[in-house]
Amino acid sequence: MWRDAALIAAKDLRIELRSRVLLNQLAPMAMLMLVLFAFALGPGRGALVPAAPGLFWTGTLFSALLAVQRSWAVEPVEGAHDPLHLAGMDSSGIFFGKLAAVLAELLTLEVLLGIGVVVLFGARVASPAELLLSTLAGTVGLAAVGVLYGALASGMHTKETLFPLLFLPVASPVLVAGTRAWQVALGTAHMGAGPWMTLLVVFAALYLSAGVLLYGPLEGTE
Amino acid sequence: MVYLRRATSIVDRYPALAGVDLEVDRGEVVVIQGANGAGKTSLLRLVAGLLPLSSGECRVLGEDLGASGGTLRPASRKRIGFLGHSALLYEDLNVVENLRFQVRAAGLRGWESGMCHASEEALDRVGLPSRMWHVPAGRLSAGQRRRAALAALVARKPELWLLDEPHAGLDSRGRALLGDIVQDAAGLGAVVLMASHEPEEAFLLADRVVTLSGGRVTAVRESVSERSGGDSTHVA
Repeated sequence: MWRDAALIAAKDLRIELRSRVLLNQLAPMAMLMLVLFAFALGPGRGALVPAAPGLFWTGTLFSALLAVQRSWAVEPVEGAHDPLHLAGMDSSGIFFGKLAAVLAELLTLEVLLGIGVVVLFGARVASPAELLLSTLAGTVGLAAVGVLYGALASGMHTKETLFPLLFLPVASPVLVAGTRAWQVALGTAHMGAGPWMTLLVVFAALYLSAGVLLYGPLEGTE
Repeated sequence: MVYLRRATSIVDRYPALAGVDLEVDRGEVVVIQGANGAGKTSLLRLVAGLLPLSSGECRVLGEDLGASGGTLRPASRKRIGFLGHSALLYEDLNVVENLRFQVRAAGLRGWESGMCHASEEALDRVGLPSRMWHVPAGRLSAGQRRRAALAALVARKPELWLLDEPHAGLDSRGRALLGDIVQDAAGLGAVVLMASHEPEEAFLLADRVVTLSGGRVTAVRESVSERSGGDSTHVA
């Protein structure tokens, strides 16, 4: 399983490095979103800093949507699952491989978004550990649910419109809990981050388990 | 190796296959012919485990698709080589990278140590010029993509070759090479199932020509190829 996962992750990341869609399209789009919101909310820190956590996670959510769709779009067209299915790869290995590649892409984007939040919005990090842990847990959850629902939608003719409909409502707990945890980490909310961190970790664990159990049946290999 | 008895496959309430009887043994080359929509591609996809078995029997490489819910185990899938209408290549990876991915995915033993040699050998075998080996697959012509996909099969050495219109896009030299590759594979004991609209090319290779119509076998022509000798036809 892990060998197949490493093979798929390496293949997807190599394709990403060649096509530079992340660097040339996703990253500028996410940064553009921050800039546009900065213009819309006004120049004062008073309006920008409280909005920063929500904007960071909204940017991450929409980047995840595009990264997962891209992850399936690079597969040869004759039924997105066919090449991996015919190669006899382990379904859990495919799930973890796709997840690892999407996770690496999202974490890269989040570094850029994080820098943007600090530079453009003037946010200061009060608790780096909570910021990093919530980001990691939330991103794993987003990548896991994205890859799982992406597999479900990828074989369908209406995948471009169906996938956001499936993904966005299910991923909304990450948006809410991630935003709350970031508010605590940036010192803009005075409450404990514990419950939100727990929610992010449980969400990630739930969808990692669901991926292992359901990925094979979803792509029709088990 | 491949055994189908009254095999049906219903996709979106449409019967892609409506009761196919077919038995293919080790070392045989069977060409499937028929009009568009006759079920040729569906038959290959059923055998590859890409279409569901709705009723009847289907055994592939000793595995019963009926018992396993219509899908093949990963270990069996690694023993199958499938060349579909479109070459299953990653556009942004070059030819050698595509080849290496497919062979590593199939988990061939001993491949890692002889990776370069084996990939070069396979690409040489299909006549793809060395200047094309490091070109992204997305920039190749249709015929070159076909050759690259064929090279992946040559490198994998599957026991069951499923070729869907393999001559499409190939020039005369490519077609001749394909014929040699198919005959070599059959000579080594592999089963070759080939759907084709190219009677002049495909029938020369065939031990049997199976005609499909409406998702059923309507005629079987035995022993067509030069290596098989004679010729006899019966209607199913």
